[in-house]
Amino acid sequence: MDQLLLLTWARGTGLNLALSIFVLGVIWRLIEIYSLGRKQDLSAPRDVPGASGWHTIFRRSVPPPGMLKASPVSYIGGYVFHVGLAVVIFLFAPHIELIKNLLGLSWPGLPSQMVDFITVVTMAAMVVVLIDRITKPVKRFLSTFGDWFTWTLTFLPLLTGWLAVHHLLLPYTLMLALHILSVELLLICLPFTKLFHAFTVFGSRWYNGAVNGHKGVPV
Amino acid sequence: MSKSTSKAAGSVAASLHAAGISRREFLGFCATLAAAYSLPASAAQAIAAALEKAARPSVIWMSFQECTGCTESLTRSHTPTVEGLILETISLDYHHTLQAASGEAAEKAREQAMHDNYGKYLLVVDGSIPLGNPGFSTIAGVSNLEMLKETAKGAAAIIAVGTCATYGGLPAALPNPTGAVGVNQLIKDKPVVNVPGCPPIPVVITGVLAHFLTFGKLPELDALGRPKVFYGESIHDRCYRRPFYDQGKFAKTFDDAGARDGWCLFELGCKGPVTNNACATTKWNGGVSFPIQSGHGCIGCSEPNFWDAGGFYKALSAPAQPLKVGAGVAAAAAAVGVAVSFSNRGKKGAAKAAHETTTLDDLEP
Repeated sequence: MDQLLLLTWARGTGLNLALSIFVLGVIWRLIEIYSLGRKQDLSAPRDVPGASGWHTIFRRSVPPPGMLKASPVSYIGGYVFHVGLAVVIFLFAPHIELIKNLLGLSWPGLPSQMVDFITVVTMAAMVVVLIDRITKPVKRFLSTFGDWFTWTLTFLPLLTGWLAVHHLLLPYTLMLALHILSVELLLICLPFTKLFHAFTVFGSRWYNGAVNGHKGVPV
Repeated sequence: MSKSTSKAAGSVAASLHAAGISRREFLGFCATLAAAYSLPASAAQAIAAALEKAARPSVIWMSFQECTGCTESLTRSHTPTVEGLILETISLDYHHTLQAASGEAAEKAREQAMHDNYGKYLLVVDGSIPLGNPGFSTIAGVSNLEMLKETAKGAAAIIAVGTCATYGGLPAALPNPTGAVGVNQLIKDKPVVNVPGCPPIPVVITGVLAHFLTFGKLPELDALGRPKVFYGESIHDRCYRRPFYDQGKFAKTFDDAGARDGWCLFELGCKGPVTNNACATTKWNGGVSFPIQSGHGCIGCSEPNFWDAGGFYKALSAPAQPLKVGAGVAAAAAAVGVAVSFSNRGKKGAAKAAHETTTLDDLEP
């Protein structure tokens, strides 16, 4: 297939398919997860300051005392690549253009050189956390196929986007098509892998916080 | 032109002299050519020497499914220009639009040129070739395919001019009713140079002809058969509005304040990033301007399938088709979610029912 046609397919039929599966998966999984339910806790709630769902949502975004020193790569690397991803996805002008077309919402973007720099930092952080996962025996033991797979799914759009902008390896048109296809693969897999935490992270934190808060334990 | 350079009748030098081209203008053209091919300034002299000695090549120009825009592009360029120079320099033995002869006399001229210059003439093609039905496009009762094959046999090289002759162009746009294809999909045993564009830039057409005249061979081509020297870089990378793209400054509508201040036309659908051509450097109308400079985004006319690339006014990052993710998908998702929930509840219920209650009797030894 010709490069421009591949790109047009990725922007058209491919995007339609990927978004359909993504929306289907997200709604399905949210209904499935939130309908699981729990037995009602009949014990009297213990009112302890700082023990609630809302407290946990915020508390779990900061490392518990001592953990930053014990596991700096996990925390710093994690922050850098999550914040970097958000900036690259939501503040690069062409991406905002796509969101505007899909949802009608738009906001100002960052200069592309700045996004370029943040992309490199984000990729570097991702490589560091990957090496950490490989070299730390405990982390490696805990890792499953899903961990390696989702790392790759997340890394590919960053890499192909960056290569496209810099005209490296392949012609821009083909690399841009691969970039969009890699994002579509990410969208398709997101609801069915651990990447679904993008939707469940705050809900599950609240749930844990609320269950433990009922027992009077701030977690 | 000096005496020493005016050589035998029939040479390029003689025809230039006859056309009233001064030595200064001729050397100016050679310097332009050297610059276009990224050669050092000293190469201009070598080009001049080679061109002066070169015999006027016979050129047969075939027009198939086309709009004559490529010919217009070439002939309506300002004079004296490098384009005009070359057009007057070559021996254009057959060209529907430009030749005086018509009917059988015209076809005779073609056959004569082919016979006299067998193996040496250049074949220029504009327009696509229909494969759906030979009757879709004929010349003197001969189908385009047949005429192309016959004329290509004795050609030294073929220059496919315009997006139709190179990749099928507009006639090949979906659903391609005539089964239109470009020259290099049919002719495999001859060197074919693609000079795409709708129309191509005049200096690019003549630049390729001049290269052949000067060096006796065709220029270096890229994967799509285009001369690298003209199609090596994208419009976007050479665009004077590019700094605004990098700053994230985009014109929102045609001719708004941003557009007039030179802001990037990406959001208005510019295809510059995926289009390789020389428009942003050589420009049009004697170097006056090019589409993006006059306020309209690039439509990507020199790329294969540009017509079917999702719309000229849609940003490259926007969906190429209207999205169809709607109520249907949401309803299906809800149905799947509810079904899976019931299934999970069923499992839970079954597990609960299967759970055996332990009594004190069970614990007694």
